[in-house]
Amino acid sequence: MAGPVWVHGELGPDGTLARIATETATAARDIADRAGTEAIGIVVAADPSGAAEELARFLPRVLAVTEPVSGARTAAAVAAERIAALARRDGIGYLVTGAGPEGRDVAGIAGALLDLPLLANAIALGSRGDGPTVDESAFGGKQLTTSSFTKSKGVITVRPNAVDAVPLDIPGRVEPADLDEPLALPVVTVVDRVSAEAAAQSIEEARVIVAGGRGVGGPDGFELLRELADALGGVVGATRAAVDAGWIPYAVQIGQTGKIVKPQLYLAMGISGAIQHKVGMQTAGAIVAVNRDPDAPIAEFADVLVVGDQAAVGRALLAALRDRSA
Amino acid sequence: MRIVVLSKPVPDPASGQERLTPDGRVDRGAAPAVINGNDEYALEAALKLAEARPDEEHEITLVAMSPESGRDAIRKGLAMGAHRAVMVIDPALGGSDWLATVRVLEAVLRTLEYDLVLAGADTSDGVAGVVGAAVATRVGLPYLSYAATIEPSDGRVRVNRLTATGHEVLEAPTPALITCTQALGAPRYPSLKGIMAARSKEIEVRSLADLGIDPATVGAEAAGTTVDEVRPPAERGATRVIRDEPEEAARQVVAFLAERRLI
Repeated sequence: MAGPVWVHGELGPDGTLARIATETATAARDIADRAGTEAIGIVVAADPSGAAEELARFLPRVLAVTEPVSGARTAAAVAAERIAALARRDGIGYLVTGAGPEGRDVAGIAGALLDLPLLANAIALGSRGDGPTVDESAFGGKQLTTSSFTKSKGVITVRPNAVDAVPLDIPGRVEPADLDEPLALPVVTVVDRVSAEAAAQSIEEARVIVAGGRGVGGPDGFELLRELADALGGVVGATRAAVDAGWIPYAVQIGQTGKIVKPQLYLAMGISGAIQHKVGMQTAGAIVAVNRDPDAPIAEFADVLVVGDQAAVGRALLAALRDRSA
Repeated sequence: MRIVVLSKPVPDPASGQERLTPDGRVDRGAAPAVINGNDEYALEAALKLAEARPDEEHEITLVAMSPESGRDAIRKGLAMGAHRAVMVIDPALGGSDWLATVRVLEAVLRTLEYDLVLAGADTSDGVAGVVGAAVATRVGLPYLSYAATIEPSDGRVRVNRLTATGHEVLEAPTPALITCTQALGAPRYPSLKGIMAARSKEIEVRSLADLGIDPATVGAEAAGTTVDEVRPPAERGATRVIRDEPEEAARQVVAFLAERRLI
């Protein structure tokens, strides 16, 4: 039998299970079923039990690794080293992680420790024979590829919103898996953790993004976008021009050298759709743009383009959304 | 300070011409090569760290694994102010997977002396964002990722690491490897003086043999992954253009969102 499919039980900033872990777990179950092997989750934390129970709603078996030093060291390094140790002990077919900063760090470190090939940023998974295939998007969606592993093993990082998380009918079991061996990777100390205001949701995981560009006109203009995002259950994003102007932090920049996102709805306010921005969002489910210029590049790839002043249309849209939910 | 900047020549994203060949490799002929955007932020951070310490000696070394076509991009990095460059150019590297890249960069780093290794958090052609972590792990360096600030002092380095909802303050002894983001600040343009100076700076070219790597263990034949299909994306439907007054436009947008079950 092939080695197990391991799932990194990524934790959010508050220590609960990150939503991406429920998506990677669902993907891993499919890979394991086709390969005739087992999908196993790993949660590494000072107190892993809560997140492990949550992950077990999606996986038949979850290992809870209690790691007292987690918190003092970077979470990704500690998790990657423990995943590598368990994979050496029990074998490995595949390791599945998220494609956000945490998942990438775990994939890079564990992949190096285990000498595994890697396919990154899966936007969909399939199969050929008993092995997985991974669909990736090249150059922000200009081309799509389907790739596979030549030796039936490897690491897969999965984009948020690529897989719909499906819980098991009957939750799996959580087992403690404490490891005695000391951590050996060079120590990087976490001196402090700082949460930005109003950053409850990661932009990469958001299902709705209301993004603003130069056309928003200034930091005050983003207030309306925040209200629209609240009304739609989403978060605010921005173009590089708006970030460079200092209207909004870099953390929410979408595009080349910023975040690559795939929400179900992308509402683009005062965004021209230059190539550097387009590569970060063009695979969104639905794109609605509001722009004064009917010939802006975004007209070529939006599903709906409202030609008009983004503030005036934004206010009218906010009123219409509030009327609807009233 | 001695700083190595891992600098990948990539097809220029601003050209709009980036593409893969039918067998899934980056088409180097489709667009001119530039230094990867996030690697340029790394280089800019290295230059600023050096400038902030005018009384010390500094050496900034660019390291690239690239075909010959990447040479002009690396020369531009020298014009920005890097002191020298090491390029690994070897025809056997074509079609390599990420593990081969990691092995090559590891082998180069083992021959250099440095206080910091900086690299972009990801690249615009690969976007995997995993090479920095793997190289640090293989070489045995502390790994600090997604840096928004870098502050070295007395044999240690402190980094603000961007997270999904804020940042972490990380600290480690040097030498260390740090991956860099745009939050570090915009890269400078080369000055005329810099461009002139770059002409006489050294680009040392190394082959796999120089690094002691068997060519049979890298390249497409040895790769653990294969691209089975390259295809264009599904066409988006025609754009629905709404030119009505704001209230009517808003009503139509809400109808569209409801039709797509987005509200």
